[in-house]
Amino acid sequence: MYQYFYELTGSVIISTLITAVFPLVNVLLVALLGVYLERKVSAWMQDRVGPNRAGPFGLFQTVADFIKMLQKEDATALDIDKKLYNIAPVLVFAGSFAVYAVIPFSSKLIGSEIEVGLFYALAVSSFVVAGILMAGWSSNNKYSLLGAMRSAAQIVSYEIPTALVVLAMVMFLGTLSLSKISEMQTAYFWNWNILGGAEFGLVKFLLIPFMVVGFVIIFISTLAEVNRTPFDIPEAESELVAGYFTEYCGMKWAMFMLSEYGNMFAVSAIVSILFFGGYQSPFGYLGNTLGIEWLIPYEQAFWFILKGWFFIFVQMWLRWTLPRLRVDQLMTVCWKYLIPYAFVNLIIIGIITLL
Amino acid sequence: MALKTETMILNMGPQHPSTHGVLRLELEIEGELIVNVKPHLGYLHRCFEKHAEAMQYNQVVPYTDRMDYLAAMGNNFGYVLAIEKLLGIQVPERVEYIRVIMAELQRIASHCVAIGTNGADIGALTPFLYLFRDREYILSIFEETCGARMLYNYMWIGGLSHDIHPNFVRRTKEFTSYFKNTIVELDNLLSYNKIFVERTANIGILPADTAINYGATGPVLRGSGVKFDLRKDDTYSIYNRFDFDIPVGKGLQGTVGDSWDRYYVRVREMEQSLRIIEQAIDQIPEGDVQSAIPKKIKPPKGTVYTRVENPRGELGYFIISDGNTNPFRVKVRAPSFVNLEILGELCKGHLVADVIAILGSIDIVLGEVDR
Repeated sequence: MYQYFYELTGSVIISTLITAVFPLVNVLLVALLGVYLERKVSAWMQDRVGPNRAGPFGLFQTVADFIKMLQKEDATALDIDKKLYNIAPVLVFAGSFAVYAVIPFSSKLIGSEIEVGLFYALAVSSFVVAGILMAGWSSNNKYSLLGAMRSAAQIVSYEIPTALVVLAMVMFLGTLSLSKISEMQTAYFWNWNILGGAEFGLVKFLLIPFMVVGFVIIFISTLAEVNRTPFDIPEAESELVAGYFTEYCGMKWAMFMLSEYGNMFAVSAIVSILFFGGYQSPFGYLGNTLGIEWLIPYEQAFWFILKGWFFIFVQMWLRWTLPRLRVDQLMTVCWKYLIPYAFVNLIIIGIITLL
Repeated sequence: MALKTETMILNMGPQHPSTHGVLRLELEIEGELIVNVKPHLGYLHRCFEKHAEAMQYNQVVPYTDRMDYLAAMGNNFGYVLAIEKLLGIQVPERVEYIRVIMAELQRIASHCVAIGTNGADIGALTPFLYLFRDREYILSIFEETCGARMLYNYMWIGGLSHDIHPNFVRRTKEFTSYFKNTIVELDNLLSYNKIFVERTANIGILPADTAINYGATGPVLRGSGVKFDLRKDDTYSIYNRFDFDIPVGKGLQGTVGDSWDRYYVRVREMEQSLRIIEQAIDQIPEGDVQSAIPKKIKPPKGTVYTRVENPRGELGYFIISDGNTNPFRVKVRAPSFVNLEILGELCKGHLVADVIAILGSIDIVLGEVDR
């Protein structure tokens, strides 16, 4: 991305700034829009109107909320561990924010084009657990503690099926670079990994069912990793009040919310890169047909954002339809169903790749 | 050497999203496993029974509204039946029919809240809002007739505060035909939902003998498979004229008497209430609803106990009259209060998350528990 903007502007400072600020702007926009969309989607599903006062269609509702958050008194409970308590929200936010650095929005718009992008994304997103544990422990609140413990167990467990599916995909694709993975699925939608990738003949058809299984597994486990219903057990409102961030208020609380919505987009992005072609358009580019080369990166960004928001919508859809699992049932789903299937899937995709 | 472990006390409530009011539960937990549950009551105590002694008989009616505020019609019903029995009043037919229809509409509205909150506690927020939307329909029917949406003061001793609104019959019919779809939708969305069944089936199993020993009534008792409904077994008003069934828990998804059975009994009860309403709405006779209201209420010395089937169970009024204009003593047997006592028994050995699923399936109203 630095290169792209350097060519465009010819200024080192401007292109550095854009590259640095780009992920932050993204995560904030995603959070703002995400909160608004969650309210609207839930309202439509529940036969309500949703926010409609602040701005057209209530679009500024979340902006107003953030202004309110900023003005709030930073009240803290007694006998908390001040240091950990203050670091925790930053850490949680940093975890989800850091993923945005490697997400390729298009062939040109990537914060940092590192070769091990996929590995990096998995690593930093699990960083969030530390923050959550800190928040739960330092709050000096039993609900927070229970929530944090649940969350740690859940996120660590569900990383295993995620990692197994990612492993299978890496074996199949032979690269860890997110932009390369996207590039490999170029041209048309039948080259997407969920439809067997850019393979030909029998191998492609053999792969399709296992790719679908892989997609389902990774989608379920990423739902659990970002604590969305039916796996929102760490913050189960009706049991644990608000889980690990019960004691937080004002902007610190907002940091947790930001990171939740940031995470939602991050995992949607990774799922769409792995299985749905990343930033690739499903049916060619307008820029190619018209011969306008500079249009292509923006078209790609459009497709990428569309795919990301589609998966966010699916997550919201599930949230407002399904009840919540219990903590032991959650573990059962992971250890007894997802992990064995992910293993089998890994082996079979490996064998097919060897063919 | 074994590590030394100790249990943790977790205070759930009085300010907690799913204790249905101001109930405080003292949970003794080991990890997430419940060792002991102690409900603490009294945060909403308003001295109803003592208060009633300082009131004239007819002035007590608005206070009964405020006990089980989700089923205020039922509370009125029980109280006025008791006083009418004491006075020996025969109310006109029209009054009887309207009272039954109102009580059954109220039962549906109350079960909507019970089922909805039970689902919402488990995380299903959408059915909760669908049910509240339909409860709204009933409340607007009530509002049209008696001007209030929650605390009606509608049934008076010997009659009703108002005659029904001209739109009442039409709108009630609309509602009954419309609400059947909601029940189908509810079954699809929640009752047979895999996750909901996992969360409620085999959780908080209440065997029939324990239920009877604790004195549980209403859907809690029927969920355990005991076919006991005061509308049939100790019939009052004109319930013996209608044809309806008493749904009981059969353990369709797990064991008889689990949380799912208690939930499911409520869903099926709403259907039966619709049946009663459909039969009654066409038979309302003409007449004056206030003709039997006595000018001065001064019952003879004596005691009376009447019980009615409220949405939450057997609501009993024990009233002592010393021949004055004020009751000497009003004692209420509150179904929520009696049913709540089972909670400790049901929760042992379950997880924290199950406590709210069980509490939701018992369906308490704190206004009635504390009175």
